[in-house]
Amino acid sequence: MILARKFYSSKMKGLLVLTALFVAVFGKKTFEGDQVLRITAKNEAQIFLLKELSEQEHLGLDFWREPVHESLPVDVYVPFHSLQAVRVFLRYNQIQYNVMIMDVQDLLDDEEREMVKYRTIPRSTDDFVYTAYHDLNSIYSFMDMLVAENSNLVSKIVIGQSYENRPLNVLKFSTGANRPGIWFDTGIHSREWVTQASGIWFAKKIVTDYGRDPVLTDILNNYDIFLEIVTNPDGFAYTHSRDRMWRKTRKPNSGSSCVGVDPNRNWDAGFGGGGSSSNPCTETYRGPSAHSEPEVKAIVDFVKSHGKLKAFVSIHSYSQMLLYPYGYTSTPAKDKAELHELAKKAIASLQSLYNTRYTYGSIITTIYQADGITVDWTYEQGIKYSYTFELRDTGRYGFLLPADQIIPTAEETWLALMAIMEHTKNNPY
Amino acid sequence: MKTFCSVWLLLSLVELSPAPPASQEPPLACTGAPDPAPPQPETAEDMASTGDLEPTHYPARRAAQVALHYLNTHHGSPFRVFGLQQVHKASAEDVAAGGRKYKLDFSVTDWGSGSAGPALRCSADVLFPRTERHSAPKVELHCEALQQINSTAQEDDAFYQKYISPDSTVSARDIPDSFGNMSEEMQPFWRLARVAASFIMLRESSENTEFNMAKVASITQQESSEEQLMLEFVVLLHDFPSQEIVQWKLLASWSPDRGVRVLQTEWQPRCPHATKPPN
Repeated sequence: MILARKFYSSKMKGLLVLTALFVAVFGKKTFEGDQVLRITAKNEAQIFLLKELSEQEHLGLDFWREPVHESLPVDVYVPFHSLQAVRVFLRYNQIQYNVMIMDVQDLLDDEEREMVKYRTIPRSTDDFVYTAYHDLNSIYSFMDMLVAENSNLVSKIVIGQSYENRPLNVLKFSTGANRPGIWFDTGIHSREWVTQASGIWFAKKIVTDYGRDPVLTDILNNYDIFLEIVTNPDGFAYTHSRDRMWRKTRKPNSGSSCVGVDPNRNWDAGFGGGGSSSNPCTETYRGPSAHSEPEVKAIVDFVKSHGKLKAFVSIHSYSQMLLYPYGYTSTPAKDKAELHELAKKAIASLQSLYNTRYTYGSIITTIYQADGITVDWTYEQGIKYSYTFELRDTGRYGFLLPADQIIPTAEETWLALMAIMEHTKNNPY
Repeated sequence: MKTFCSVWLLLSLVELSPAPPASQEPPLACTGAPDPAPPQPETAEDMASTGDLEPTHYPARRAAQVALHYLNTHHGSPFRVFGLQQVHKASAEDVAAGGRKYKLDFSVTDWGSGSAGPALRCSADVLFPRTERHSAPKVELHCEALQQINSTAQEDDAFYQKYISPDSTVSARDIPDSFGNMSEEMQPFWRLARVAASFIMLRESSENTEFNMAKVASITQQESSEEQLMLEFVVLLHDFPSQEIVQWKLLASWSPDRGVRVLQTEWQPRCPHATKPPN
């Protein structure tokens, strides 16, 4: 005991030196540079010193294993700002130690990475990350989860197979049988990534708002909604694996080394006109014949067999436009006045959210002549409210729209879609 | 019908390359003869594109985009790139020497100053010549208050000092990446690429094109010369009417004093369509 007291007095000096050595405390937000030391005291005196050390509050030490007995290791968490001082103290007093954790932040980062890896497979559509772009498998999983979580409202219909045999999945939102329908498609041009991403958001929005939002609830109590999120899955897979700028399908063209047909020039409305190309090596190649692409044929067959679709909206990007037929002729559509007024209303709703400016008009006057396009065909099938969207932006990022714009884009577009759906419901034909 | 089929078959056997840029003889990197620029029929709409124009429709918009490219070639910098905000008024008339002249009243915003930037009002005359071979449109442009918008001299100088050093060897790919991400450090380079690309977009424009820069495929800093930052860019341009992605390699110089100059340009045929899917 007397020995200990003798040690104490001279070693306390050491501690005071230590304190004097101690510099300013840094405010800390991370654990960078912090370490965990394992100390091996060789006698009772050293244990005593370590106990004294533990009482120096300003050092911010955290003893994971308290100094108890020299046969037991002492583990202490040392914040970066105290490291120098603690090491000096230990060396001065010839107390053995080794570094157990070199850098606590690194360890936390590694852990975080592991957790994220585990987390990125969402377990429900509430877990799903809507603020990021996803690949085909993730989107198909999302669809299955959504159906499983809302089986009374949502079902999945496979309307066909793509050229490379991928399923063409359509989500059906329905509250009753034999209803007229409303159709949305996104991603017919695979590089237009904000559209598929918005489609995912729309799907979730519908299940969230049914039973909560009176307007949507009323719509769904009278109409079915069909949503094809990845309308061109082969192209989409290709944008992930090989060429981010791929637009067309992936079907080879006989007699050419060039692959793919523009699915939005392949429809039987003005097919073959000057607003499409006969060259397989171009982006607007129309294909060997109308509906030659299985991705297009599947929708054609679905529309014809359904027979009661009342609105059809095909969603593209970019350039911020809401367009109605025609693209293949400058003859105005029979319903042009009504379509124009509804477009104006839909755009006003869209703009009300984030002040995003949209242009609207017929395709041929507003954007360019385009032949064999989706909505010209659907319009000529008698689906009056046939529209094409071009989502954000106007050319700054173009197809490479940053992911933080997915939700704002989806939110504002949804307001326009709601306006179109509401008008459809209020004007049955 | 049989003759039609065989003619059609014959035509489809000719491997046509993507449309070469209007102003340049294409190298034969893609198999087969180069395709002349796809025919653009004069529709009734085209013929009507004189007199007052609907400012939100494409004839006015394409001409305004040309004026925008012109603006960026003259006033763009690592911290200033303009984007078209809105066309207010537009009209067009055929001119005696052949060609069509557009008169435009439009607004632009500076992408460099974020979405909060004020709109700048501009007026321009854009003349698209009608010649055998394509020649660049001619632009006369006036923007009010151009001198009064916040000067970027400080940022320009800091950027210049940082990268003019002989050790600087900036090299990057895919700006932005597939997800639209771009680091803070790359933003001035992206803007420089956009400005340099504007020289090409301006030169290649016609009434049948509408160009934007889709992405910067690569940036490689070259050895500085005559106190100019020298940058080699490979850019992908997107043309709206044809939806084609056109790849250009270019060498540009920049300094705060001399602005952006484009020294060399080279069209790089991509032939992305000419790939057989893996079996």
